[in-house]
Amino acid sequence: MPSFYNEMYTDNESVRRHYREFEAWLAEHDSDALARKRAEADLIFRRVGITFAVHDSDAGTERLIPFDIIPRIIPAAEWAQLEAGLVQRVTALNMFIHDIYHEQNIVRAGVIPAEQIFRNAQYRPEMQDIAVASDIYAHVAGVDIVRAGEGEFYVLEDNLRVPSGVSYMLEDRKMMMRLFPELFARYKVAPVAHYPDLLLENLRSVAPLGVTDPTVVVMTPGMYNSAYFEHAFLAQQMGVELVEGQDLFVDDNAVYMRTTRGPKRVDVIYRRIDDDFLDPLAFRADSALGVPGLLSVYRSGRVTLANAIGTGVADDKSIYPFVPDMIRFYLSQQPILNNVPTWQCRRAADLEYTLAHLPELVVKEVHGAGGYGMLVGPAATRSEIEHFRRRLLARPEAYIAQPTLALSACPTYVESGIAPRHIDLRPFVLSGRSVSMVKGGLTRVALKEGSLVVNSSQGGGTKDTWVLER
Amino acid sequence: MLSRTADHLFWMARYTERAENTARLLDVNVQTALMPQSAEAAEQGWRAMLGISELLDAFEYKYDTITARDVLDFMVRDPDNPSSIASCLTQARANARAVRGTLTTEVWETHNATWLDMQEQLKGDRLERDPSRFFEWVKYRSHLSRGVTIGTMLKDEAFHFVRLGTFLERADNTARLLDVKFHGADHAAYEHPEDEAQLEFYYWAAILRSVSAFEIYRKAYRDVITPQRVAELLMLRADMPRSLLACMEEVLANLQQVRNDVSAETERYAGKLHAQLKFADIDEVLASGLHDYLTQFLDRIYVLGNRISRDFLVPLAA
Repeated sequence: MPSFYNEMYTDNESVRRHYREFEAWLAEHDSDALARKRAEADLIFRRVGITFAVHDSDAGTERLIPFDIIPRIIPAAEWAQLEAGLVQRVTALNMFIHDIYHEQNIVRAGVIPAEQIFRNAQYRPEMQDIAVASDIYAHVAGVDIVRAGEGEFYVLEDNLRVPSGVSYMLEDRKMMMRLFPELFARYKVAPVAHYPDLLLENLRSVAPLGVTDPTVVVMTPGMYNSAYFEHAFLAQQMGVELVEGQDLFVDDNAVYMRTTRGPKRVDVIYRRIDDDFLDPLAFRADSALGVPGLLSVYRSGRVTLANAIGTGVADDKSIYPFVPDMIRFYLSQQPILNNVPTWQCRRAADLEYTLAHLPELVVKEVHGAGGYGMLVGPAATRSEIEHFRRRLLARPEAYIAQPTLALSACPTYVESGIAPRHIDLRPFVLSGRSVSMVKGGLTRVALKEGSLVVNSSQGGGTKDTWVLER
Repeated sequence: MLSRTADHLFWMARYTERAENTARLLDVNVQTALMPQSAEAAEQGWRAMLGISELLDAFEYKYDTITARDVLDFMVRDPDNPSSIASCLTQARANARAVRGTLTTEVWETHNATWLDMQEQLKGDRLERDPSRFFEWVKYRSHLSRGVTIGTMLKDEAFHFVRLGTFLERADNTARLLDVKFHGADHAAYEHPEDEAQLEFYYWAAILRSVSAFEIYRKAYRDVITPQRVAELLMLRADMPRSLLACMEEVLANLQQVRNDVSAETERYAGKLHAQLKFADIDEVLASGLHDYLTQFLDRIYVLGNRISRDFLVPLAA
C-alpha cells in the first residue's frame, strides 16, 4: 500500500494547524471518558432509530452506521476550492444531460462517441425533447470526493440519481454538538442544519410553470428501504408529506395524493426511488412501488420529478471519464477537481493493461453501486484476483479500472485505540434556479485497517465533517 | 393528511392499547390463579381469557392442553399470535416508524424505546419469574405513549386519528373483559355455595383491578361489590375513563374533528352507539342479557372500525 496523506498529522508527525486545538482538547480527556461518550452516542442513535436496513441479511434487521467522534476538519481555503469545483462540475453535468436529451451538440462535436450515450442502458429515450423546469435534471447531486495529497482532490463518482447520506451529515453534527459542545466554542464550524430549508427552497424553485405555491412531497419506496430513515427525516424537516407510490394517483393529467379529506394535487416529487420503479406503465411493469401514468404527466410538464428521469446516463462509470471534457465543452473552463484516470475495459488496449495490472488496480462494475462487486487489487488475495479475472474476461464491457488511489486517512477510534483510517467525502450539491450547498458533507470512513471501501454496506462508518469558517 | 398516514397512526394507537389491555387481562388471571381453586377452575380461567380474545382455536392448534405457562407464552411473546403483547408492541412500533415524520420526536422515540426495551424484558425467564412486573411495565409504557402524545402533539388530524384508535380499541377491550365470565367462569363447578359467593367477590374485584377501578368503585358506590354495579361502572359511567360510554364519547368527539365529505353516515352510526349507552339503564341491560348486549356492542364496534377505514384510511376510489 502506498503512503497516504494523514488529515491530522504531517509526515514528520507534527499536528496540522487546523487540528491543533482539537488535539489539545483530546489530550485533556482520558480514554474512559471518551469511551463513555462513544457509548452514549450509540445509545442515542439506536433510541432515535437512526438505523439502516442491510442487503443480504435477514429481512427487517436494522443496523447502526458506526459513528466516529473524531471530526474530519477541512480548512476554509480548501473548502473554497472544493466548492468552486463542485459548482463547476455539477453545472456542466446538468448542461450535458439537457444537451443529450435535446440537440446532442456534444456528440455532434465528437467529444463523446454516440454509442456511449445512446446504447447506455441509463439513457432514457422517453426524455428526448422533454422540457424540464429551469433545464435542471440533477437537482440533488452527491459527489464522492477523495483526497490524495495537499490540495489534491479527486472525484470518484458523481451520484446524480438518488444520492443518500445527507441525514447522517445532519445527525452526526447534532450528535457532536450534543456530546462535545465545548469543541464548538473552540472552533468556528460552518453550520449545516439549514440543509432541509435549502432543499425545500430548491425543490419549490423547480415547480411546473405557473404553479405559485407548489405542493412538494418526498416519495419513498417504503419503510424496508435501506435509506427509509433519511426519507422520513427529510420529509419531516421540510414539513412535507412522505408518500409511497400507493398514496399517489394520476387523474386528468395531474398527480394527486390520497388524503383523509380527498385528493390533493402534487406539484413537485422529490423521489427517492429509481427510474425503473416510478411508473409500471412506462418502466418495470412488475413494480408495485410506482404510480401508473406518472411518466405521461411528467412529460407534459405538469409535475416535477427531482431528480429528473434519465440522469443515470451522466453518472454512469462509462461516462465518468468524459466529465472533464464536458466542463471544457460547455463552460470553456479548466476542471478544478481532478478525475481519476480510468481504463475502460470495453477497449481492447485498456482491457489488456487492466489484466496485466490487476494487483495494483481498483476494478469496478460500470453499473455497480454501494461497493458491491468491485476488486481492490492491493487488498485482494491471489485467488480473489484470479476469480475476478474470469469475471472480467467474460464481460469486459461491464468494467472500468482505476489506479488504487492513496486515499487520505483520518485518526479514528478503533478497537486498539486511535488509528488512521481511510476516508472520503460526499458533499450534497443542490441545483435549481442556482447551484447551492451547505458547507460540509458526509465523511465516510473505512473502519477496517487498510481498507479503501467506505460504503456503509461494507462496514464503513461516518464522521462529522467540519468546514472551518476561517 | 395522507390516508395511509392516518391509517398508520390509527393502528399504532390501537396496537398499543391492545398490548396494555392484554397485559391487564393476563394480570387478573395470574392474580386469580393465586387464589385457592381447583385445577379445573384455573384451566377454565385461562380458557376464558383465550375465548374472549378469540384466540382459543389458534392456541389449541398449537398446544394440546391449557397450562398457565403456555398461555402466558402464547399471549405475551408468541410472534405467531398477532395479538400477543410482543406482536402488538412490534406492530405499534412498525406503524410509528412508517409515519415517524408525522409524530413528534418524543412520540416516535417512546414507541421505539418500548420495542427495544421489550426485547430486554423478554430475555431469559424474567417473565416467568415475575409476570406481574412485566405487565406493569407494559401498562406504564402505554401510559407513557398516551401521555407523550397528549403532551407533545399538535391537536390536528394526526392527533385525532391516534385518539380514535386508542378509544375504539379500548371500547372493544373493555367489552371483552366484561364478557369473560360468560366464556368460562359460568361453567366452573363449585363444591359449596359459600365458596361460590366468595369466588364471585374475588372475580369481580379482579375485574375491577384489571381496569384500575377497584378504588374508583369504592369511591363511587361506597358499598359492597355487586356484578350490577361493576357492569354499570364499566359500561355506563361517563366519568370512568375505561367505560364503554367514556370511550364512545371520545370516539365520537374525535370523529367529529376529522369529518370529511363522506363520513356523515359513520358519524351517525357512532352517535347512535354513544346514545344507546348514554341513555341505557343497567337493570334493563342485565334483564335482556349482558352477554347478548356485549356481543352486539362488539359487532357494532367492528362495523364502526370498518367504516372509519373506508371513509378515511384506505379510500378505494380516487
